[in-house]
Amino acid sequence: MKPRVVVTGAGVIAPNGNGLADFELALRKGLSGIRRHEKMAELGFASCVAGVPQGVDELAASAFDEDLLRAMNSSHRYAALASLEAWRDAGLRVPAAGEDSVDWDTGAVIGTGIGGMDTTGERVVPLTDTGKVRRLGSTAVEQVMASGVSARVGGILALGNQVTTNSSACSTGAEAIAIAAERIRRGDAKRMLAGGAEGASHYIWSGFDAMRVLCRTHNDAPERASRPMSASACGFVAASGAGILMLESLESARQRGVAIRAELVGAAVNCGGQRGGGSMTAPNPEGVRRCIRAALADAGVAPSEIGAINGHLTATGADPREIESWAAALDAKPGRLPPITSTKSMIGHALGAAGAIEAVACVLMLQGGFVHPSINCEDVHPEIAPHGASIPHQLRELPGLEVVVKAGFGFGDVNICLVFRKWHA
Amino acid sequence: MTKSEIFDRVVKILTPYVKNQEALASVSEKTHILDELKVNSARLVDVVLEFEDAFDIEIADEDVDSVETVGNAVELIEAKLG
Repeated sequence: MKPRVVVTGAGVIAPNGNGLADFELALRKGLSGIRRHEKMAELGFASCVAGVPQGVDELAASAFDEDLLRAMNSSHRYAALASLEAWRDAGLRVPAAGEDSVDWDTGAVIGTGIGGMDTTGERVVPLTDTGKVRRLGSTAVEQVMASGVSARVGGILALGNQVTTNSSACSTGAEAIAIAAERIRRGDAKRMLAGGAEGASHYIWSGFDAMRVLCRTHNDAPERASRPMSASACGFVAASGAGILMLESLESARQRGVAIRAELVGAAVNCGGQRGGGSMTAPNPEGVRRCIRAALADAGVAPSEIGAINGHLTATGADPREIESWAAALDAKPGRLPPITSTKSMIGHALGAAGAIEAVACVLMLQGGFVHPSINCEDVHPEIAPHGASIPHQLRELPGLEVVVKAGFGFGDVNICLVFRKWHA
Repeated sequence: MTKSEIFDRVVKILTPYVKNQEALASVSEKTHILDELKVNSARLVDVVLEFEDAFDIEIADEDVDSVETVGNAVELIEAKLG
């Protein structure tokens, strides 16, 4: 039998709360972390709002020494802080920098959608273009290499198992969890830190603004700008942060006697082939449905057992198609779709970190027995309205919540679906 | 600028990169930058850039090869300052 995979730790840096306690409180309250972004406004972006975690430099300064900090751009800081929280939450001791022992049983799959674009935009391009290559110093490469986020964490925690970065656009963070779980299931690792991080940079967001996929109607009302499932949804809100889970084999967790937060019972990834309505930027609905069904089959969970769905739901025109796909995949008639919520309604779309931050939300909802509100959709989109009763406009206390499903879809027509089950100690 | 002033500024620049605080506490001109202070060798290029900025000098890549101890760095900077 394949090893069972449980969640023994979690960590989060999110626009509406850093750390599990603050993040859960924000989720329960329906607290938006979207703020006006002065740099975007100054540069003439059509969208001038963003989700940026607050107070991170202060947190980083208290956690890392000066030498490290000089080589940590925003995505590194988010990834490392969330990983440290997940590590400690899992009851593990943070090794000192001078210690030589390596943890050969623990690895990390920490993804990023775009990579260190703040470093690229602020240092690599201007210094290279003005002939000052030498001034880049030694820290540019480690901040712009795609694997920088996982490499940084691997070094801080002396990880000796696989340490790598995946990238699959907006499904990255959740995909990392599926990849890491598979490694534990194969018996190749006891523990894997898994998740994603995305930096805060106008260089990341400018291309999305040019595509006209960012919300440009609520620059003066940032907290109402992220409007998944609403009739007035007109684009997502750019965001950043990190979410990390400590995945562990059940056997290892029991041997260590550590508290278990939830079980990851199933996962699936696929691609819609950019056919059948799918493209670089839109999902093939058949791919989405297959992915959801495959994850449920992997988990051995029937649609009727699902207590809540944490959707991809970004607040673009794709939301109604996503709801259609959920209903079709679960064979759910209007009124029968499980409660479906969008964490992005509060934090915006953290791209490569989104699925991971939202997976942390799923674990907290399972443990706390609640479904967080999906805010800013008082005006439910007419095509979603038949399923309107499934949208939690307010917090729903659900003490009997047993199964939460998380899906994510990314550019490239790639899909990911995770199935979490409540852990009964 | 006196040699001891240069030494103090060199140590101050090295400080954030030092992984062995004990060696830093008893630092002298003989202290080896990589072996004793445990500065990550990759970061030497950053240290050199800081020397250039702090002393308003230019240090060629081949000059750096001769720097092993704190004293070597001080002497190199002293020579550049003329």
